[in-house]
Amino acid sequence: MTELAATMQGALQGWFGPVWGPHAWTVAKSLAGIVAVLVPLLLTVLYYQLVERWVIGWIQVRKGPNRVGWKGVLQPIADAIKLLMKERIVPAGASKGLFFLAPIVAVAPALAVWAVVPFAPGWVIADVDAGLLVVLAMTSMGVYGIIIAGWASNSKYAFLGAMRSAAQVVAYEIAMGFALVGALMAGQSLNLTEIVMRQDGRYGLLEWFWLPLAPFFVVYFIAGLAETNRHPFDVAEGESELVAGFHVEYSGMTFAVFFLAEYANMILVSTLASLLFLGGWLSPFPAAWGILGAPGIGWLLVKIAFFMFLFLWVRASFPRYRYDQIMRLGWKVFIPVTLVWIAVTGVMMLEPLASLPPFSIWFGK
Amino acid sequence: MFARAKEIASSLLLTELVKGLALTGRYLFSRKITVFFPEEKTPQGPRFRGLHALRRYPNGEERCIACKLCEAVCPALAITIESEMRQDGTRRTTRYDIDLTKCIFCGFCEESCPVDSIVETRVLEYHGEARGDLYYTKPVLLAIGDRYEAQIAADRAEDARFR
Repeated sequence: MTELAATMQGALQGWFGPVWGPHAWTVAKSLAGIVAVLVPLLLTVLYYQLVERWVIGWIQVRKGPNRVGWKGVLQPIADAIKLLMKERIVPAGASKGLFFLAPIVAVAPALAVWAVVPFAPGWVIADVDAGLLVVLAMTSMGVYGIIIAGWASNSKYAFLGAMRSAAQVVAYEIAMGFALVGALMAGQSLNLTEIVMRQDGRYGLLEWFWLPLAPFFVVYFIAGLAETNRHPFDVAEGESELVAGFHVEYSGMTFAVFFLAEYANMILVSTLASLLFLGGWLSPFPAAWGILGAPGIGWLLVKIAFFMFLFLWVRASFPRYRYDQIMRLGWKVFIPVTLVWIAVTGVMMLEPLASLPPFSIWFGK
Repeated sequence: MFARAKEIASSLLLTELVKGLALTGRYLFSRKITVFFPEEKTPQGPRFRGLHALRRYPNGEERCIACKLCEAVCPALAITIESEMRQDGTRRTTRYDIDLTKCIFCGFCEESCPVDSIVETRVLEYHGEARGDLYYTKPVLLAIGDRYEAQIAADRAEDARFR
């Protein structure tokens, strides 16, 4: 792998000369990284949707899709082809430019965040020092896509969906931000790789931040459900009262792009929860256990899969929140809880306490 | 006071949510009850109310005597009957139409029939592709009756003791 990279670097130096060679190498390296991250991501989105239908089916004592291909494994391909072939309808009263801009605005940040997400030490497209800030900035951009979609559709249902989504995202962004503040306090860095490495140590599972930051962990995941407009907070779509919410007027590929953005965001929330609170690629077992004890991308994938399953499990289990209850939960429960726990974390990190067990496990390094 | 504290603790620890998740988690592994329709079929009783048919006597004479009780009882007004005297002096229908797009498959026509002429069969897989395809006329209904007579007769015989 490194040999191939060195050969590529040499070849580019040869072709572009000493001035442009290094820049050409940077571009080539970034492009390779982007392809290596986005292709598996998009395939995961495709199949996440199938797994979602399976899991919800099984929980409802059904079998789920099993007609297309062996046990239905080609179902998402069939769905994608159908959506690609379908006509893109623009409502007569819609603002055409914004109407087509909205799905792009929704999907671009959802894919762009992955630039700063590490999958293993060094396995990151851009190892930014303020990685957590980039994540926060990008995830809050996504809601503009939804708001623009609701506005440009010129439909009352889409508009109501967009308004709900905007208010909800604002409310939960704060709690989510505070939860991330807790993670960066404990990790003492904004760089995601460093936050993960801070959770390394001889106690394995117990070293991870889910234990001292348990309230943040729970709040982060629930706020993540709300941020991605997933059940039980999916009032922005709200089939029972708003038809399909902000994307009523979208069809074919424009609809598929919204879908893609939503699922990419769900995977992102799962990934961040595993990185910040469950030790990312670190192994839960002691290092002496050989292959099981070694850190690696495999562990990260297992943790991400767990959270992704939790998204589906929650969707299949709970009824939808009423809108005022969503607001109450966001403003009157999550924000106070996170604020109190930020203070508690601060106290745990103070010097006499930080070097005493059990706090020395997390804060004594 | 104590109960209130317990309530707050249980809501902070998400106990109710965990209980709900545990329940749905158990169902995840339960045996699935899906019946794959074209390949597998659910059992049907002898009183199944599917597609209509007009029956004949074993000698080939049609049973219907045009009494129009079914037309009168039909709550969806799906049946249209016209009748006149045949050559041999008996009253017979010249027209017996059922509009299946109106029919609600209540079975009242079958119950009202004094000669067991109009019946509902076990057939449920039929369709129409053009407007009017589901408007069944007398020859069509008689043909259905001829085709499924064995099954229809067996079902009537099985149900006879309850009548």
